[in-house]
Amino acid sequence: MSFDWIKLLGFIVTPLIASAVGFTYMGLSRKVTARVQNRIGPGVSQSFIDVVKLYSKKTAIHHGVMQHMGPVFAITASVTTLFFIPILKDSIFFANFSFRGDLIFLMYIMVFGQLGMALGAGQTGNPNSAIGVSRGLSQMVGYKVPYVLALIAIMVNFETTNLQELIAVQDGFRNWMIFQMPVASLAGMLAFLGFMMYAPFDVPFAPSEIASGPPSEFGGKYLALMMTSRSIFTFVKLVLFVDLFFGGASSFIELLIKTFVLYLFALFVGLVNPRFRTEQSIQFWWKWPAAIGILAVLLVAWKG
Amino acid sequence: MNINDKDGRKIVDIIQRYAQKHSLWVLAYGTGCGAIEIPPTMTSRYDAERFGITGRPTPRMADVLLITGYLATKTLKRVIRSYEQMQSPKYVIGFGSCTINGGMYWDSYNTIKSLDHYLPVDVYINGCMPRPEAVISGFVKLQEMISDGSANGWEKYRDNLDLYRSQQKEVIKNWQMPDYNW
Repeated sequence: MSFDWIKLLGFIVTPLIASAVGFTYMGLSRKVTARVQNRIGPGVSQSFIDVVKLYSKKTAIHHGVMQHMGPVFAITASVTTLFFIPILKDSIFFANFSFRGDLIFLMYIMVFGQLGMALGAGQTGNPNSAIGVSRGLSQMVGYKVPYVLALIAIMVNFETTNLQELIAVQDGFRNWMIFQMPVASLAGMLAFLGFMMYAPFDVPFAPSEIASGPPSEFGGKYLALMMTSRSIFTFVKLVLFVDLFFGGASSFIELLIKTFVLYLFALFVGLVNPRFRTEQSIQFWWKWPAAIGILAVLLVAWKG
Repeated sequence: MNINDKDGRKIVDIIQRYAQKHSLWVLAYGTGCGAIEIPPTMTSRYDAERFGITGRPTPRMADVLLITGYLATKTLKRVIRSYEQMQSPKYVIGFGSCTINGGMYWDSYNTIKSLDHYLPVDVYINGCMPRPEAVISGFVKLQEMISDGSANGWEKYRDNLDLYRSQQKEVIKNWQMPDYNW
Protein backbone atom coordinates (compact mmCIF):
# COMPACT_ATOMS: atom_id res chain seq x y z
CA MET A 1 0.00 0.00 0.00
CA SER A 2 1.58 3.25 -1.10
CA PHE A 3 1.45 6.33 1.01
CA ASP A 4 -1.01 8.80 -0.46
CA TRP A 5 0.53 12.26 -0.22
CA ILE A 6 -2.41 14.06 -1.80
CA LYS A 7 -4.73 12.59 0.85
CA LEU A 8 -2.42 13.77 3.63
CA LEU A 9 -2.37 17.26 2.14
CA GLY A 10 -6.16 17.21 1.90
CA PHE A 11 -6.32 16.09 5.53
CA ILE A 12 -4.47 19.26 6.57
CA VAL A 13 -6.08 21.67 4.13
CA THR A 14 -9.73 20.61 4.54
CA PRO A 15 -10.27 22.18 8.03
CA LEU A 16 -8.48 25.35 6.90
CA ILE A 17 -10.73 25.70 3.84
CA ALA A 18 -13.80 24.92 5.97
CA SER A 19 -12.97 27.58 8.54
CA ALA A 20 -12.10 30.14 5.85
CA VAL A 21 -15.44 29.56 4.11
CA GLY A 22 -17.27 29.64 7.45
CA PHE A 23 -15.67 32.95 8.50
CA THR A 24 -16.36 34.48 5.08
CA TYR A 25 -20.02 33.48 5.35
CA MET A 26 -20.19 34.94 8.87
CA GLY A 27 -18.73 38.21 7.57
CA LEU A 28 -21.15 38.24 4.64
CA SER A 29 -24.03 37.60 7.01
CA ARG A 30 -23.05 40.69 9.02
CA LYS A 31 -22.91 42.71 5.79
CA VAL A 32 -26.33 41.41 4.66
CA THR A 33 -27.82 42.09 8.09
CA ALA A 34 -26.46 45.65 7.95
CA ARG A 35 -27.92 46.27 4.48
CA VAL A 36 -31.32 44.97 5.61
CA GLN A 37 -31.18 47.38 8.57
CA ASN A 38 -30.25 50.28 6.23
CA ARG A 39 -26.65 50.44 7.46
CA ILE A 40 -23.37 50.16 5.58
CA GLY A 41 -21.96 47.47 7.78
CA PRO A 42 -18.45 46.06 8.28
CA GLY A 43 -16.29 44.58 5.55
CA VAL A 44 -16.51 40.92 4.57
CA SER A 45 -13.20 40.21 6.35
CA GLN A 46 -14.50 41.45 9.72
CA SER A 47 -14.86 37.94 11.17
CA PHE A 48 -11.22 37.13 10.32
CA ILE A 49 -10.10 40.37 12.00
CA ASP A 50 -12.19 39.56 15.09
CA VAL A 51 -10.75 36.08 15.46
CA VAL A 52 -7.14 37.25 14.93
CA LYS A 53 -7.70 39.87 17.61
CA LEU A 54 -9.07 37.23 20.00
CA TYR A 55 -6.08 34.94 19.36
CA SER A 56 -3.71 37.89 20.02
CA LYS A 57 -5.17 38.67 23.46
CA LYS A 58 -2.41 38.78 26.08
CA THR A 59 -4.38 37.15 28.92
CA ALA A 60 -6.91 34.34 29.11
CA ILE A 61 -8.54 33.13 32.30
CA HIS A 62 -10.39 29.89 32.94
CA HIS A 63 -12.40 28.71 35.91
CA GLY A 64 -11.57 25.04 35.89
CA VAL A 65 -10.42 22.02 33.90
CA MET A 66 -13.72 21.48 32.15
CA GLN A 67 -13.87 25.05 30.87
CA HIS A 68 -10.38 24.52 29.50
CA MET A 69 -11.55 21.34 27.73
CA GLY A 70 -14.94 22.57 26.49
CA PRO A 71 -13.75 24.57 23.45
CA VAL A 72 -11.27 21.78 22.61
CA PHE A 73 -14.12 19.23 22.58
CA ALA A 74 -16.16 21.55 20.38
CA ILE A 75 -13.42 22.01 17.79
CA THR A 76 -12.56 18.27 17.86
CA ALA A 77 -16.18 17.41 17.15
CA SER A 78 -16.37 19.94 14.30
CA VAL A 79 -13.22 18.64 12.58
CA THR A 80 -14.24 15.00 13.10
CA THR A 81 -17.65 15.64 11.58
CA LEU A 82 -16.01 17.45 8.68
CA PHE A 83 -13.93 14.38 7.79
CA PHE A 84 -17.00 12.15 7.52
CA ILE A 85 -18.91 14.34 5.06
CA PRO A 86 -18.28 14.02 1.32
CA ILE A 87 -17.49 17.63 0.38
CA LEU A 88 -17.27 17.07 -3.37
CA LYS A 89 -18.49 14.13 -5.46
CA ASP A 90 -15.68 11.59 -6.03
CA SER A 91 -12.95 13.98 -4.87
CA ILE A 92 -9.58 12.50 -3.96
CA PHE A 93 -8.26 15.76 -2.54
CA PHE A 94 -10.74 16.41 0.25
CA ALA A 95 -10.31 14.02 3.13
CA ASN A 96 -13.27 11.73 3.44
CA PHE A 97 -13.68 8.69 5.69
CA SER A 98 -17.15 7.90 4.41
CA PHE A 99 -18.21 4.32 5.15
CA ARG A 100 -21.39 2.22 5.15
CA GLY A 101 -23.71 3.63 7.79
CA ASP A 102 -22.04 7.03 8.10
CA LEU A 103 -25.42 8.82 8.26
CA ILE A 104 -26.20 7.08 11.55
CA PHE A 105 -22.72 7.94 12.83
CA LEU A 106 -23.24 11.59 11.85
CA MET A 107 -26.50 11.73 13.82
CA TYR A 108 -24.50 10.96 16.96
CA ILE A 109 -21.25 12.83 16.38
CA MET A 110 -22.98 16.11 15.54
CA VAL A 111 -24.25 16.34 19.13
CA PHE A 112 -20.77 15.90 20.64
CA GLY A 113 -19.64 19.49 20.07
CA GLN A 114 -22.68 20.93 21.76
CA LEU A 115 -22.20 18.58 24.71
CA GLY A 116 -18.57 19.69 25.06
CA MET A 117 -19.65 23.29 24.98
CA ALA A 118 -22.33 22.56 27.57
CA LEU A 119 -19.78 20.93 29.92
CA GLY A 120 -17.38 23.86 29.48
CA ALA A 121 -20.07 26.45 30.05
CA GLY A 122 -21.36 24.55 33.07
CA GLN A 123 -17.96 24.78 34.77
CA THR A 124 -17.91 28.60 34.65
CA GLY A 125 -20.64 28.91 37.28
CA ASN A 126 -22.25 31.83 35.49
CA PRO A 127 -26.05 31.55 35.82
CA ASN A 128 -26.53 32.90 32.29
CA SER A 129 -24.38 30.05 30.93
CA ALA A 130 -26.43 27.47 32.80
CA ILE A 131 -29.69 28.91 31.47
CA GLY A 132 -28.26 29.02 27.95
CA VAL A 133 -27.09 25.42 28.12
CA SER A 134 -30.43 24.14 29.37
CA ARG A 135 -32.22 26.10 26.64
CA GLY A 136 -29.88 24.85 23.93
CA LEU A 137 -30.21 21.19 24.92
CA SER A 138 -34.02 21.50 25.22
CA GLN A 139 -34.23 23.03 21.78
CA MET A 140 -31.99 20.29 20.38
CA VAL A 141 -34.55 17.74 21.58
CA GLY A 142 -37.06 19.73 19.54
CA TYR A 143 -35.39 20.00 16.13
CA LYS A 144 -33.75 16.58 16.16
CA VAL A 145 -37.20 14.94 15.87
CA PRO A 146 -38.08 16.16 12.33
CA TYR A 147 -34.41 15.77 11.29
CA VAL A 148 -34.24 12.11 12.30
CA LEU A 149 -37.71 11.38 10.86
CA ALA A 150 -36.67 12.87 7.51
CA LEU A 151 -33.44 10.86 7.52
CA ILE A 152 -35.33 7.64 8.39
CA ALA A 153 -37.72 8.22 5.48
CA ILE A 154 -34.82 8.78 3.09
CA MET A 155 -32.78 5.82 4.38
CA VAL A 156 -35.72 3.42 4.17
CA ASN A 157 -36.76 4.63 0.72
CA PHE A 158 -33.32 4.14 -0.86
CA GLU A 159 -32.32 1.24 1.42
CA THR A 160 -28.93 2.77 2.21
CA THR A 161 -27.25 4.49 5.13
CA ASN A 162 -24.32 5.81 3.11
CA LEU A 163 -24.12 9.48 2.17
CA GLN A 164 -22.15 8.83 -1.02
CA GLU A 165 -24.78 6.41 -2.31
CA LEU A 166 -27.44 9.01 -1.52
CA ILE A 167 -25.52 11.59 -3.57
CA ALA A 168 -25.20 9.08 -6.41
CA VAL A 169 -28.98 8.57 -6.34
CA GLN A 170 -29.58 12.30 -6.89
CA ASP A 171 -27.92 12.48 -10.30
CA GLY A 172 -29.16 15.45 -12.33
CA PHE A 173 -31.31 18.41 -11.39
CA ARG A 174 -34.62 16.52 -11.55
CA ASN A 175 -33.45 13.78 -9.22
CA TRP A 176 -32.58 16.07 -6.33
CA MET A 177 -34.02 14.84 -3.07
CA ILE A 178 -36.36 17.85 -2.79
CA PHE A 179 -38.07 16.65 -6.01
CA GLN A 180 -37.85 12.92 -5.32
CA MET A 181 -39.09 13.11 -1.72
CA PRO A 182 -40.64 16.57 -1.19
CA VAL A 183 -42.33 15.80 2.15
CA ALA A 184 -39.23 14.41 3.83
CA SER A 185 -37.18 17.29 2.41
CA LEU A 186 -39.62 19.83 3.85
CA ALA A 187 -39.19 18.33 7.33
CA GLY A 188 -35.41 18.27 6.83
CA MET A 189 -35.24 21.88 5.70
CA LEU A 190 -37.31 23.03 8.68
CA ALA A 191 -34.87 21.15 10.92
CA PHE A 192 -32.05 22.97 9.10
CA LEU A 193 -33.42 26.28 10.44
CA GLY A 194 -33.03 24.85 13.94
CA PHE A 195 -29.48 23.70 13.18
CA MET A 196 -28.42 27.18 12.03
CA MET A 197 -29.84 28.82 15.20
CA TYR A 198 -30.86 32.10 13.63
CA ALA A 199 -34.01 33.81 14.83
CA PRO A 200 -36.69 32.72 15.69
CA PHE A 201 -34.67 29.78 17.05
CA ASP A 202 -31.75 31.70 18.63
CA VAL A 203 -33.15 30.79 22.04
CA PRO A 204 -29.85 29.60 23.64
CA PHE A 205 -27.82 32.72 22.77
CA ALA A 206 -30.28 35.63 23.24
CA PRO A 207 -27.69 38.41 23.85
CA SER A 208 -30.20 40.94 25.18
CA GLU A 209 -31.79 38.49 27.57
CA ILE A 210 -29.19 36.11 29.04
CA ALA A 211 -25.98 37.87 27.89
CA SER A 212 -25.18 35.54 24.96
CA GLY A 213 -25.80 32.37 27.00
CA PRO A 214 -23.19 29.55 27.07
CA PRO A 215 -20.11 31.58 25.96
CA SER A 216 -20.82 34.45 28.36
CA GLU A 217 -17.84 33.64 30.60
CA PHE A 218 -15.42 32.79 27.76
CA GLY A 219 -12.91 35.41 26.70
CA GLY A 220 -9.73 35.76 24.71
CA LYS A 221 -8.34 32.57 23.21
CA TYR A 222 -11.17 30.38 24.52
CA LEU A 223 -13.70 32.49 22.63
CA ALA A 224 -11.45 32.42 19.56
CA LEU A 225 -11.38 28.60 19.64
CA MET A 226 -15.15 28.51 19.96
CA MET A 227 -15.54 30.93 17.03
CA THR A 228 -13.24 28.78 14.89
CA SER A 229 -15.21 25.68 15.84
CA ARG A 230 -18.45 27.47 14.99
CA SER A 231 -17.16 28.52 11.57
CA ILE A 232 -16.10 24.94 10.71
CA PHE A 233 -19.40 23.56 11.99
CA THR A 234 -21.39 26.07 9.91
CA PHE A 235 -19.63 24.77 6.80
CA VAL A 236 -20.25 21.17 7.91
CA LYS A 237 -23.97 21.73 8.35
CA LEU A 238 -24.32 23.52 5.01
CA VAL A 239 -22.42 20.80 3.11
CA LEU A 240 -24.39 18.04 4.84
CA PHE A 241 -27.72 19.56 3.82
CA VAL A 242 -26.50 20.22 0.26
CA ASP A 243 -25.42 16.57 0.09
CA LEU A 244 -28.69 15.30 1.48
CA PHE A 245 -31.26 17.39 -0.36
CA PHE A 246 -29.62 19.31 -3.21
CA GLY A 247 -27.63 16.62 -4.98
CA GLY A 248 -24.15 17.39 -3.63
CA ALA A 249 -21.64 19.31 -5.72
CA SER A 250 -19.11 18.23 -8.31
CA SER A 251 -17.00 21.41 -8.31
CA PHE A 252 -15.98 23.82 -5.59
CA ILE A 253 -17.75 26.77 -7.27
CA GLU A 254 -21.00 24.79 -7.39
CA LEU A 255 -20.56 23.91 -3.73
CA LEU A 256 -20.04 27.57 -2.76
CA ILE A 257 -23.13 28.72 -4.70
CA LYS A 258 -25.36 26.02 -3.25
CA THR A 259 -24.16 26.44 0.34
CA PHE A 260 -24.40 30.22 0.18
CA VAL A 261 -27.99 30.13 -1.11
CA LEU A 262 -28.82 27.73 1.70
CA TYR A 263 -27.10 30.04 4.20
CA LEU A 264 -29.04 33.06 2.91
CA PHE A 265 -32.29 31.08 3.35
CA ALA A 266 -31.62 30.62 7.07
CA LEU A 267 -30.34 34.20 7.42
CA PHE A 268 -33.35 35.83 5.74
CA VAL A 269 -35.77 33.80 7.84
CA GLY A 270 -33.80 35.00 10.85
CA LEU A 271 -33.79 38.66 9.84
CA VAL A 272 -37.57 39.04 9.62
CA ASN A 273 -38.43 37.13 12.78
CA PRO A 274 -38.29 37.91 16.49
CA ARG A 275 -37.16 35.28 19.01
CA PHE A 276 -39.31 32.41 20.28
CA ARG A 277 -39.49 31.62 23.96
CA THR A 278 -38.07 28.17 24.80
CA GLU A 279 -41.41 26.42 25.15
CA GLN A 280 -42.78 28.08 22.01
CA SER A 281 -39.78 26.81 20.08
CA ILE A 282 -40.17 23.21 21.30
CA GLN A 283 -43.93 23.35 20.72
CA PHE A 284 -43.26 24.45 17.14
CA TRP A 285 -40.85 21.57 16.47
CA TRP A 286 -43.07 18.93 17.95
CA LYS A 287 -46.19 20.19 16.15
CA TRP A 288 -45.72 20.89 12.41
CA PRO A 289 -42.23 19.70 11.41
CA ALA A 290 -42.64 16.48 13.43
CA ALA A 291 -46.06 15.86 11.83
CA ILE A 292 -44.57 16.40 8.35
CA GLY A 293 -41.75 13.99 9.24
CA ILE A 294 -44.20 11.28 10.37
CA LEU A 295 -46.18 11.83 7.17
CA ALA A 296 -42.98 11.32 5.15
CA VAL A 297 -42.25 8.03 6.94
CA LEU A 298 -45.87 6.88 6.40
CA LEU A 299 -45.67 7.75 2.69
CA VAL A 300 -42.53 5.62 2.31
CA ALA A 301 -44.15 2.73 4.21
CA TRP A 302 -47.31 2.96 2.07
CA LYS A 303 -45.35 3.09 -1.18
CA GLY A 304 -43.04 0.17 -0.35
CA MET B 1 11.98 34.30 9.22
CA ASN B 2 12.39 33.60 12.91
CA ILE B 3 9.52 34.68 15.10
CA ASN B 4 11.82 35.74 17.95
CA ASP B 5 13.81 37.84 15.53
CA LYS B 6 13.41 41.56 16.03
CA ASP B 7 12.11 42.14 12.52
CA GLY B 8 9.89 39.05 12.69
CA ARG B 9 8.39 40.26 15.94
CA LYS B 10 7.66 43.56 14.24
CA ILE B 11 5.60 41.88 11.51
CA VAL B 12 3.59 39.93 14.10
CA ASP B 13 3.03 43.17 16.01
CA ILE B 14 1.76 44.91 12.88
CA ILE B 15 -0.74 42.11 12.19
CA GLN B 16 -1.90 42.00 15.81
CA ARG B 17 -2.28 45.76 16.05
CA TYR B 18 -4.20 45.88 12.78
CA ALA B 19 -6.64 43.29 14.15
CA GLN B 20 -6.90 44.99 17.57
CA LYS B 21 -7.47 48.33 15.89
CA HIS B 22 -10.25 47.22 13.57
CA SER B 23 -12.15 45.07 16.00
CA LEU B 24 -13.18 46.99 19.13
CA TRP B 25 -15.81 45.21 21.20
CA VAL B 26 -17.49 47.54 23.63
CA LEU B 27 -18.96 46.41 26.92
CA ALA B 28 -22.62 47.41 26.71
CA TYR B 29 -22.84 48.72 30.26
CA GLY B 30 -24.53 52.11 30.63
CA THR B 31 -22.94 53.70 33.70
CA GLY B 32 -24.41 57.21 33.42
CA CYS B 33 -26.85 59.30 31.42
CA GLY B 34 -24.45 59.42 28.43
CA ALA B 35 -25.47 55.86 27.57
CA ILE B 36 -28.41 57.40 25.68
CA GLU B 37 -25.96 58.51 22.96
CA ILE B 38 -24.80 54.94 22.29
CA PRO B 39 -27.91 53.57 20.48
CA PRO B 40 -27.78 56.31 17.77
CA THR B 41 -24.04 55.66 17.39
CA MET B 42 -24.66 51.97 16.77
CA THR B 43 -27.82 52.12 14.64
CA SER B 44 -28.38 53.01 11.01
CA ARG B 45 -27.67 56.77 11.03
CA TYR B 46 -24.08 56.71 12.34
CA ASP B 47 -23.38 52.96 12.09
CA ALA B 48 -20.27 52.42 14.19
CA GLU B 49 -20.06 48.81 12.97
CA ARG B 50 -18.35 50.19 9.84
CA PHE B 51 -15.23 50.57 12.00
CA GLY B 52 -15.60 47.15 13.58
CA ILE B 53 -17.09 48.60 16.76
CA THR B 54 -19.82 46.37 18.19
CA GLY B 55 -21.42 45.89 21.56
CA ARG B 56 -20.75 42.76 23.59
CA PRO B 57 -22.88 41.64 26.51
CA THR B 58 -20.19 40.46 28.95
CA PRO B 59 -16.87 41.92 30.18
CA ARG B 60 -14.98 38.71 29.34
CA MET B 61 -15.47 39.27 25.63
CA ALA B 62 -15.06 43.05 25.59
CA ASP B 63 -12.02 45.20 24.73
CA VAL B 64 -13.27 48.70 25.45
CA LEU B 65 -14.95 49.90 28.64
CA LEU B 66 -16.98 52.98 27.81
CA ILE B 67 -17.64 55.04 30.95
CA THR B 68 -20.69 57.00 29.84
CA GLY B 69 -20.97 59.96 32.20
CA TYR B 70 -20.90 60.48 35.96
CA LEU B 71 -19.87 57.69 38.31
CA ALA B 72 -21.44 57.39 41.74
CA THR B 73 -19.13 55.72 44.27
CA LYS B 74 -21.52 52.77 44.23
CA THR B 75 -21.25 52.45 40.43
CA LEU B 76 -17.46 52.85 40.58
CA LYS B 77 -17.20 49.59 42.50
CA ARG B 78 -19.06 47.71 39.75
CA VAL B 79 -17.02 49.45 37.06
CA ILE B 80 -13.75 48.38 38.70
CA ARG B 81 -14.98 44.79 38.92
CA SER B 82 -16.03 44.82 35.25
CA TYR B 83 -12.72 46.36 34.20
CA GLU B 84 -10.71 43.73 36.07
CA GLN B 85 -12.69 40.91 34.45
CA MET B 86 -11.83 42.10 30.94
CA GLN B 87 -8.95 40.43 29.10
CA SER B 88 -5.98 42.59 28.18
CA PRO B 89 -5.19 44.47 26.01
CA LYS B 90 -8.15 46.50 27.20
CA TYR B 91 -8.96 50.16 26.88
CA VAL B 92 -11.02 52.70 28.81
CA ILE B 93 -12.80 55.63 27.18
CA GLY B 94 -13.98 58.43 29.47
CA PHE B 95 -17.12 59.86 27.96
CA GLY B 96 -18.46 63.34 28.77
CA SER B 97 -17.21 66.09 31.07
CA CYS B 98 -18.33 64.21 34.22
CA THR B 99 -15.43 61.77 33.83
CA ILE B 100 -12.92 64.59 33.31
CA ASN B 101 -13.65 66.95 36.21
CA GLY B 102 -17.02 65.99 37.64
CA GLY B 103 -18.94 68.20 35.22
CA MET B 104 -22.22 69.41 36.65
CA TYR B 105 -21.76 67.07 39.62
CA TRP B 106 -18.45 68.62 40.69
CA ASP B 107 -19.58 69.32 44.28
CA SER B 108 -21.84 66.32 44.67
CA TYR B 109 -21.36 64.23 47.80
CA ASN B 110 -21.39 60.80 46.20
CA THR B 111 -19.86 61.08 42.73
CA ILE B 112 -16.21 60.91 41.82
CA LYS B 113 -14.61 63.88 40.06
CA SER B 114 -11.74 62.58 37.97
CA LEU B 115 -11.91 59.07 36.60
CA ASP B 116 -8.16 59.03 35.99
CA HIS B 117 -7.50 58.51 39.72
CA TYR B 118 -9.27 55.15 39.75
CA LEU B 119 -8.89 53.60 36.30
CA PRO B 120 -6.31 54.23 33.53
CA VAL B 121 -8.17 56.22 30.86
CA ASP B 122 -6.86 56.04 27.30
CA VAL B 123 -9.13 58.53 25.55
CA TYR B 124 -11.40 61.27 26.86
CA ILE B 125 -14.34 62.55 24.85
CA ASN B 126 -15.47 65.92 26.19
CA GLY B 127 -18.90 67.49 25.97
CA CYS B 128 -22.15 67.26 27.87
CA MET B 129 -23.25 65.19 26.08
CA PRO B 130 -20.91 64.34 23.20
CA ARG B 131 -22.76 63.82 19.93
CA PRO B 132 -22.38 60.50 18.08
CA GLU B 133 -19.87 62.19 15.74
CA ALA B 134 -17.72 63.02 18.77
CA VAL B 135 -18.03 59.46 20.05
CA ILE B 136 -16.88 58.05 16.71
CA SER B 137 -13.99 60.54 16.58
CA GLY B 138 -12.98 59.36 20.05
CA PHE B 139 -12.94 55.77 18.82
CA VAL B 140 -10.86 56.79 15.79
CA LYS B 141 -8.40 58.49 18.16
CA LEU B 142 -8.21 55.24 20.15
CA GLN B 143 -7.53 53.32 16.91
CA GLU B 144 -4.66 55.69 16.10
CA MET B 145 -3.25 55.20 19.59
CA ILE B 146 -3.46 51.42 19.23
CA SER B 147 -1.63 51.46 15.92
CA ASP B 148 1.27 53.54 17.30
CA GLY B 149 1.30 51.50 20.52
CA SER B 150 0.49 54.29 22.97
CA ALA B 151 -2.82 52.86 24.20
CA ASN B 152 -1.21 50.98 27.08
CA GLY B 153 -3.45 51.94 30.00
CA TRP B 154 -3.82 48.27 30.98
CA GLU B 155 -0.04 47.99 31.47
CA LYS B 156 -0.10 51.12 33.61
CA TYR B 157 -2.87 49.64 35.75
CA ARG B 158 -1.04 46.33 36.15
CA ASP B 159 2.24 48.01 37.11
CA ASN B 160 0.76 50.58 39.52
CA LEU B 161 -1.94 48.37 41.00
CA ASP B 162 -1.16 49.33 44.63
CA LEU B 163 -1.48 53.03 43.89
CA TYR B 164 -4.78 52.57 42.08
CA ARG B 165 -6.07 50.28 44.86
CA SER B 166 -5.26 52.82 47.58
CA GLN B 167 -6.99 55.59 45.63
CA GLN B 168 -10.02 53.38 45.04
CA LYS B 169 -10.21 52.47 48.72
CA GLU B 170 -10.23 56.16 49.66
CA VAL B 171 -13.63 56.62 47.98
CA ILE B 172 -15.13 53.20 48.47
CA LYS B 173 -15.37 52.97 52.26
CA ASN B 174 -16.82 49.47 52.64
CA TRP B 175 -14.36 47.62 50.42
CA GLN B 176 -15.68 44.07 50.14
CA MET B 177 -14.40 42.95 46.78
CA PRO B 178 -14.04 39.20 46.21
CA ASP B 179 -10.50 37.91 46.08
CA TYR B 180 -10.22 36.66 42.52
CA ASN B 181 -7.49 36.60 39.94
CA TRP B 182 -8.22 38.14 36.59
